[in-house]
This record gives sequence, C-alpha cells and structure tokens, in this order.
Amino acid sequence: MKMNLQKISDRIATAAIYIMALVTVLPLFLVVGYIVFYGFKHLSFELITRNPAPVGEEGGGVLNGIVGSGIILMISMAIGIPIGLLGGLYLADSPDGKWKHIIRLSVEILQGIPSIVIGIIGYILIVLPMHRFSAVAGGVALSMIMLPIIVVSTEEVLRMVPVELREAGIALGMPRWRVNLFVVLRTGLGGVISGILLSLSRVAGETAPLLFTALGSQFFSFKLDRPIAALPLQIFNYSISPYPEWHSLGFAASFLLLIGILAINIITRTVIERMNYKNG
Amino acid sequence: MTSESDNILHVKNLSAFYGENKVLKEVDMAVKKKKITAIIGPSGCGKTTLIRCFNRLFETVSNTSLKGEILYRKQSIFSYDPTLLRKEIGMVFQRPNPFPTMNIYNNVIAGYRLNGRRLRKSESDRMVEETLKKVALWDEVKGVLFRSPRELSGGQQQRLCIARTIAVSPRVILMDEPCAALDPISTAKIEELMLELKRDYTIIIVTHNMQQAARISDLTAFLMLGELVEFGETDQIFTSPKNKRTEEYITGRFG
Amino acid sequence: MKPRLLSGDNIFRLALFLSTLCIVGLLFLIFILLLFHSWPSIRNFGLSFIWTGEWDPVNDKFGALPFIAGTLITSFGAIIILIPFSLATSLFIREYSPTALGKIISHMVDLLAAIPSVIYGMWGIFFLVPIVRKLELVIVMNLPAIPLVTGPPYGVGLLSSIVILLIMTIPYSISITRDVMEQVPTDLKEGAFALGSTKWTMVRKIIIPYCKNGIIGGTTLALGRALGETMAVTMVIGNSTNIPKTLFDPANTIASIIANEFNEAGGTLYVSSLIQLGLLLFLISLGINTIGRIIVHKTRI
Repeated sequence: MKMNLQKISDRIATAAIYIMALVTVLPLFLVVGYIVFYGFKHLSFELITRNPAPVGEEGGGVLNGIVGSGIILMISMAIGIPIGLLGGLYLADSPDGKWKHIIRLSVEILQGIPSIVIGIIGYILIVLPMHRFSAVAGGVALSMIMLPIIVVSTEEVLRMVPVELREAGIALGMPRWRVNLFVVLRTGLGGVISGILLSLSRVAGETAPLLFTALGSQFFSFKLDRPIAALPLQIFNYSISPYPEWHSLGFAASFLLLIGILAINIITRTVIERMNYKNG
Repeated sequence: MTSESDNILHVKNLSAFYGENKVLKEVDMAVKKKKITAIIGPSGCGKTTLIRCFNRLFETVSNTSLKGEILYRKQSIFSYDPTLLRKEIGMVFQRPNPFPTMNIYNNVIAGYRLNGRRLRKSESDRMVEETLKKVALWDEVKGVLFRSPRELSGGQQQRLCIARTIAVSPRVILMDEPCAALDPISTAKIEELMLELKRDYTIIIVTHNMQQAARISDLTAFLMLGELVEFGETDQIFTSPKNKRTEEYITGRFG
Repeated sequence: MKPRLLSGDNIFRLALFLSTLCIVGLLFLIFILLLFHSWPSIRNFGLSFIWTGEWDPVNDKFGALPFIAGTLITSFGAIIILIPFSLATSLFIREYSPTALGKIISHMVDLLAAIPSVIYGMWGIFFLVPIVRKLELVIVMNLPAIPLVTGPPYGVGLLSSIVILLIMTIPYSISITRDVMEQVPTDLKEGAFALGSTKWTMVRKIIIPYCKNGIIGGTTLALGRALGETMAVTMVIGNSTNIPKTLFDPANTIASIIANEFNEAGGTLYVSSLIQLGLLLFLISLGINTIGRIIVHKTRI
C-alpha cells in the first residue's frame, strides 16, 4: 500500500503548509490590529497640535516629534538622494571593471550594517566634534542607511530602460551625460522616485541610529544643531516609561507612524505595479 | 565617371574587432552623395557593424577596436567631435524608438531640446510641420501632436523617428533594417519616403530583404563574413553580378 | 574640434566618480572609526574581552561574553524555528495557493517587513510579554524544573526576544526563498507530475534540492539581519548584564546593551568598550552576510 502512504503524506504536508503559512501572517493582524486598536482609542486632535505635557499632566501631543522627524528626514534625503542617484547611475551605465565590482560590494556591505552601529558612527562623526547632540547628526546617520537602498533601487530601475532609447539619444548627437540625464533617468523617473519613497518609509521608522545622534527632546525645535524630537524616539521612550499617560501617547504615536509608513508602502507599490502593467 | 567629390563617405581598409574577433575585414567602399546605398548580406556578415561605424556608435560598446579609416567629407571621422558628427550623420533603428516620456511634437524636435537648444515656438512649430510633412505623417498626426507616440502604429512611429532624425538637418541618414519590424504596407510607405528623401539626403540602408535593396537603392554593397565581396550599381549587381558568391546569394542558394 | 576639458561629459563623469568615492569612503570610514575608538578597550582587555563574563562599569571591568551569548541564543533560536515556517509560506505562495490568495499573502509578508522595529517592540512590551509571562508561569507551576525552561517568570527575557526576532525576520527570509523558488523551471516540475508523483514528493525531491543553496543562503542572510536587530529586542529582553542561564532569564544582546547604556556611559574605557562591542557586531554580521551572499550566488548556475 505504498500508494496510500504517499497520498497520506501529501495530504498531511498540504495541510501543514496551509496552516503554517497562515500562522506566519497572523502576526501581521496581531501587531497592526493591536496598534490600530489602542492607537485609535487614544487619538486626539491634540496629538498632532501639541507638544508633550509634563509628567503627570494629562494630554499633550507629539507635534515636536512629527516636525522633528520631518526635519531629520529632509536632512537625510538631502545627503542620501544625490549620492544615491549618482551611485545608481554609475552602476547602471559604466562598463564592468574592478572599480565597479568594488562599488557593488561596498553597497552590499553597507546595506547589511546594523543600524545601531550606524548610530555609533553618527555619534563619533558629528556629535563628538560638535560637542552636542543635534538634528544634523540624526540626519547624517539616517542618510547612511538610506544611501545603499537608493543606489540599489536606482540601478535596478535604470537597467530596465531599453538600450534602444539610449542609442536613439546617442544617434541624435547627445553627449553621454545628456543621454543619461534626459533620456535614461527621465524614462525611469517613476521607478526611481518610487524607490526613494520606499527608502523613506524604511528610514522614517528607524530608532536606533537616532538614540545617540538626535537624542530626542521634550520641546519643539527647528534648530539643526540642537537635540530634536523624533516620532520613533518618542514611541520608544514612552513605552519603556512607567507612566500610563505616556503609554497612551505612545500608542497614538505608533498609530500615526504605522499608518504613515504603511500608506507610503501600499501607495508606492500599487503605483509601481500600475506602471509595469502599462509598460508591460 | 564618378569623381572624388561625389563621395561623401569613404571607407578605407576598415577592419573592426570585438575583442579578438575580427568582424570586418579590410573593407573599401565609397558612398555617393544623395544616392541610396544598400548594404546586404547574410546574418552575421557585419553589415550592422559597418553602418554603426559611420556614426561612431560602434565604439560605444566596450571591448571594440577599429583599424583603417573612414573619411567624411574628406576628413577622418575620428577627427570630429562625435556628438557633432552624429548631428550630420543621423540614424534610424530597426525597432522604432520614440522617447516614451515625450509627446509627438517634442519627439520631432528632441534633437534640439535634449541638446539644450531652445527654439522659439514659431520656429519649432514650423520645424515640426515641415519635417512631419516630409515624412508624410503630418496629415495623420496634426490633430494629436501632443499625445504619446505610443498611440501610433509601428509604421507611424518609425516615420516619426525618421522625422526626428531629419529635424536636425543631417547630410547622411543611416538606416539599420528600418522596416524589419513593420508590416508590408508600412514598409511600402517608408520605401516611398526614402525615394523622396534622397533628393536632399544621402541614405545608407542595411537590409536583409534583397527585393527591397533591388527596389530602391542606387548602389549595393554585398558583405559576407566581414568581407566586402562586391560593390556596384544596383542594376548591375542584381542582373549580372561579377562575383560568384554574390550570384549565389542573390539567387538564393544560401543565406 | 577637440572636446573641452570642462565639457558636460567630464563633469558628469567626475560627479559619478565622486559619488562612488563617497560610497567606498564611507565604508572605510566606518571601519576605521570603530577601530580607532575601540582601541583603548582593545589595548586594555585584549582578546580576553570576548570570553570575559563580567560587565562592571563601576570598577571599569568589561567583557563581551554575556552579550555574545544573548545575541547568539536569540538569533539562532529565532532562525531555527524560522526555517520550517519560512519554507512553508514560500511554498504556499509559489506552489500551493490559488494565484490570488498567494499574491495577497505575498503582499502581507511585504507589509510585515515594512513595520518599524520600535513598533514591534511596543507590541512586544504590551501584548507579547504578558502572554509569555503567563506561559512561563504555567510551565514553572506545572512542570518539574527542566533546565533551560525554568526560572522566575519575568516575561521579558530570551524567550520573548526569540519570538519577536522570529516574527521580524521571517518576511526577509520569505522574500529571498520566494524569489529562489520562482527560478525552478516548470518543465522539471511537470516532469515529476508526469511520472505520477504527488505534489509533496515533487516538492521534496525537485524543488527543495534545486533551491538548496538559495534556502541555506537566505537563512544565513536572515541570521545576519537578526544579529543586528536592535529596538524590538531591547524592549523585551529585560536588560540584564549577566550571562543568561535559561530561556526565561533576562539578558542583553550586543545591540541592546549598546542601546541601553551608550548615553549613560562615562569614562573612556566604558565608552570604548561599548564601541568595541559595536565593532564586534559589525564584524560578526559582515562575516555572516558575506557567507550568506556567497552561498546564494552559488545558485546562479
């Protein structure tokens, strides 16, 4: 009855695979559901219009964190996007060679560096010489995480631009730099921007690199050379604190952060799929 | 008899290499002004390589090298700035490749816009209309100038690419199997167009379609395995070829 | 007609080159800065840093062993449990599910990957830890003292950390395995079916062997990820500087001790020891990631 044994094990295996797959995605609902539920409960208009209240007082918000995160992200984009784009262009366009191989390797290694180590580097590089924690330090640290992601996604997108378009540009007498910027980059612009947005959503949630660079703050600030609040930092500090009012703030802030990140992700991915469908 | 001044391009002892691989072997050829010269031969004979040498597209691929000389208007093409050379020697490719991020209007004047040359609206309007009329596309697209070129048929797209090429006023137009991806009717239209264009431009066309070469070209070059086997007036090549290999190819015994 | 020196092309080439210099330069900078600032600690403790179990900031005695142990136990623990689930889910997406459902599950996995670590951590503190605490209580109350699964039921500790690392690393592992499985040629699979094999047999005998390198490599890369995971682990691991003896014990990983103590650290040796831990983490994850990448690339026949 060998036949039966095979059939039975096939059935068991199929059932096991179904179950295990569902168990694997279960946490998505548990985590998102929990955060959405408790976060929603503590949502208020105050959340996005006020700064944190002193300990013991009710209410307060995370306005400084939202603004702070925004500032830090802008700094990191200002550094990460130009270098990342140029790096991706280089990898997509240059002839193969030793240097190209080294760059590829470096980008891969950079991608794998734990974010806490990046935080240490940000501390050594910016905080120590400046003798203070600052938004700039946070921005620089996050840019180091953003950079390899943008390089990789930019290269991927630009590689997909057909050779014929490049050659059409060359045949019209365009110098190489114009071909790259106005034909290749322009054709792939949608994909490149999507890649940048995805890297943004990834970096927006990073906490570890900010622990010893931006430090965090209770106050509202636009200053680039002083410690600054950031949403993920606030979530961290509030959740490990002993005060229930801060826990509620933490949940609400988590809700904001999570919705923001998931929204960027879903929208960007849908746009990419839509684009592929059109070109396909 | 032909005089030297009738030759706009002169290929002298040209050999081309992909790495160690010799794909063109000491080719000698003179291209006459304002005539259509066809380059024919079996697959892999080097005809695309040859035509890509004229506008120096060949050297943009890595690991390639050339020996010998190509003269354009009596000067070596290597003494020209390649980007300037390419404005005088334009190219139309096998598959139509209009720029997808620009509309039809902008595609026509892409040679200017992409090179940073701004045209006044009156100038560009005139240029778009003139060139589209020259390629017999004006009537078909004049109402949809600002739509995407992807909405056009293959034949129309190819004519758009030809318009784009002649908008920068080249002297020579290189065509690498321009009708290979098109249906017979579009092909016929483009062949008609080429006969018109040769009044103003020198045309060099690579084609694997012998009947096409016989129909439209004035001169024909037959290449095989990188060698220029025979070159002469099209009538002569197709009715009484001097070389046995030419005869075998033309009569379909191989290739 | 010679091209100008300051032509657009040359500026462009220069810009590209400079950007690549930045990339390589950054990597070197990271390594050198870590090395330089760990030097006081390296000089002081030497190689014994790695196997010293004492972490005493008051008396300037530092050793990495508790944290290496914490890191290895949590990461390996998570990975071992991860392997079957990651395989099962990837197989589900690729082979077993109807197309629509497979795509949905695939997207859900991608969304799981997008959730920031600190939010997992928050969920960990308020949802997971109480559950684990109850579980630990149940085990301690009703079972005889089995080594490794006994001890005061804090809730926080190695067990919670393993669970949370598991949840966080699975999406990455699945995305790699899923891509590898996509490359299995359909004719191989159909050949097996044509010989009358069942699906499970085909999976066992055709798909898994074909994807062997990709799976092992992908698991290794997931391990590399797990090693560097900071925030969520910091929030549920209980912050202890002793070498953990059981799964219920609180502990610290290299990443979490740095996160916990860096800002409070005073004194050159203290800070330098923490940075040396960072250097250690950098090297360990570099090593594991490199091995993982090499194994995965072996699949490209």
